Amino acid sequence: MSEFLIYGLAAAALFAICLHGIITRTHILRKILALNMMGSAVFLLLITIAERNQVDGVADPVPHAMVLTGIVVAVSATAFALALARRYHAQTGHTELHDEDGST
Amino acid sequence: MSLVGIWVILIPLICGLAAFAVGGRSSRVIGLIGAGLTFLLSGLLVLHVWQSGVWIYQLGGWDVPLGISLRADGLSAFLIGMTGAVGLGISLYAVRYFEALTPGPSQDPSAALRTGSGRGEESGAGDSPEAERGGTEVWLPGASYWPLWMLLWASLNVLFLSNDIFNLYVGLELLTLASVALIILQREQAAIVAGLRYLLAAFLGSMAYLLGVALIYADAGVLDLGLLADAELTGTATQVAGGLMAVGLLLKAALFPLHFWLPAAHSSAPAPVSAALSALVVKGAFYLLIRLWFEVFESAGTVSVEQMIGGLGAVAIVVGSFQAIRQERLKLMIAYSTVAQVGYLFIMIPLAGSFGDPEASWRFEAWTGGLYHALSHGFAKASMFLAAGVLLSALGHDRVWHLAGSASRFPVIYLSFGIAGMSLMGLPPSAGFVGKWLMLRSAVESGQWWWVVILLVGGLLTAGYVAIVLSQALQHDVDEHTEPHPVPKLMTVMVFALAAMSLLLGLRAAEPLELLEIGAPFQTLMSVVED
Repeated sequence: MSEFLIYGLAAAALFAICLHGIITRTHILRKILALNMMGSAVFLLLITIAERNQVDGVADPVPHAMVLTGIVVAVSATAFALALARRYHAQTGHTELHDEDGST
Repeated sequence: MSLVGIWVILIPLICGLAAFAVGGRSSRVIGLIGAGLTFLLSGLLVLHVWQSGVWIYQLGGWDVPLGISLRADGLSAFLIGMTGAVGLGISLYAVRYFEALTPGPSQDPSAALRTGSGRGEESGAGDSPEAERGGTEVWLPGASYWPLWMLLWASLNVLFLSNDIFNLYVGLELLTLASVALIILQREQAAIVAGLRYLLAAFLGSMAYLLGVALIYADAGVLDLGLLADAELTGTATQVAGGLMAVGLLLKAALFPLHFWLPAAHSSAPAPVSAALSALVVKGAFYLLIRLWFEVFESAGTVSVEQMIGGLGAVAIVVGSFQAIRQERLKLMIAYSTVAQVGYLFIMIPLAGSFGDPEASWRFEAWTGGLYHALSHGFAKASMFLAAGVLLSALGHDRVWHLAGSASRFPVIYLSFGIAGMSLMGLPPSAGFVGKWLMLRSAVESGQWWWVVILLVGGLLTAGYVAIVLSQALQHDVDEHTEPHPVPKLMTVMVFALAAMSLLLGLRAAEPLELLEIGAPFQTLMSVVED
């Protein structure tokens, strides 16, 4: 149990760090990276769950399937976000998202 | 017949891909075929649920918990029906809208239409690099619109039909990707900034939701909504998961104070996109939230949390309405109105939640009332955004204070705007009235009188901003300087048709309300009879 707890807490900490990054950083690339890492934190948790739920030494395959699908989603989402960030840079010349009317 | 639920997802997806493969101006033909077919299939699905009850399909023949199931109950059918009808209206409007946008041989592309987001002066400057490049690369927003719009429609239907919380996550992400791509369709600077903010906020919401999914799986070991509902989870992990999922979805549904991304994103998009975002996409996240709230986390919810969400809804109504009154641009006003109307939807949570007697009939009344409000808002808000699009393309601006006297030139547009506004205010006999009436009754019956106050005040505030637009339009001093750009008739017809629907659904509410009873998570008259 304690071993899984370490992984679980690591995932939670990573998630929290990334949340902090998304809210406080203004550089778009950093925000996108933080979101990407946030996904990794969830994947870490899912793999921990797979290991915890193992039956007869075989890990639970459902979280693995979720991680695989999640990676595909994360890749396409990140690619899209990066393309959008490039267009933003091309049009405004900025790399940072400045607050005009609130957060993000 | 039993496969109709599959086709309602596959057809828009296939047509979207086909429209992308064909490209160019002819993509709209495929898009229109897709819209028509999806509309018909949505109707068939509603009919099927109406006649033979809850529809369940195990994908690939694999049973849950191993496989993924699709399920359509009254609630799903209700929202799919709404999406189908609003989607068809938007599609027909979009054909003409993007035709006018397409740079013809003699036309100046930037003069034809503007999205009228933030700054009119800057949007012209934003266009110039595109115009210079025009010789080598002709950018047709219409050609990209159809594949993305079909993808958006398909992902909405996935969201309403899927019965697996991880599958729903994928649906949410697809919806976000399609929405953001549609917002930036015209490559204007304001839209790109708004789209980027929306993208980051929505992904953050998805991540919170995904973490919730992982925690639920850790606790329950299943992902199927039906199995999760049966498990009656109450543990700490479930409460944390519920909190994460709720916050993530509230961010996507733009409940105050998580609405910061909405006004810019919804107002800077092209009119058919704004209409789809406000009328449908926000409802996607809302649907998922109430689905989880009343079915999976039913036993984990507490009165204080529910009252707090309702309180945020109340603040959203007041702040959103006041912001709407203050706006100088019509599209921003309508976008802030969405912020306020989303608040109404969440008043349903404390009313239908765990306050008082769990078997009480007011819970079902509040639930149906909130959903009926979602339905009326879907039609009314789509009509309003499309109306703003007509005014914008005809006048070249959407400044509320410069609309003076334009009612004589666009009588049908303002008539539709008035009807849609009536539905948002909740005046009888509109659909908005039915929703509000049910919520009011529920608030009175359950003794939660404070929601009565906010529901009524919200109606008055809504009347405020609708009246500003109409009183401006009805003034006499016609601005002679601007000769309005001719607007295709079909666009005006669709604006009117959607507004008329928001009225007709108030006159004939019995059937939709009965549809909602099928598979509802509450004690209803029907379930009592069956038991």
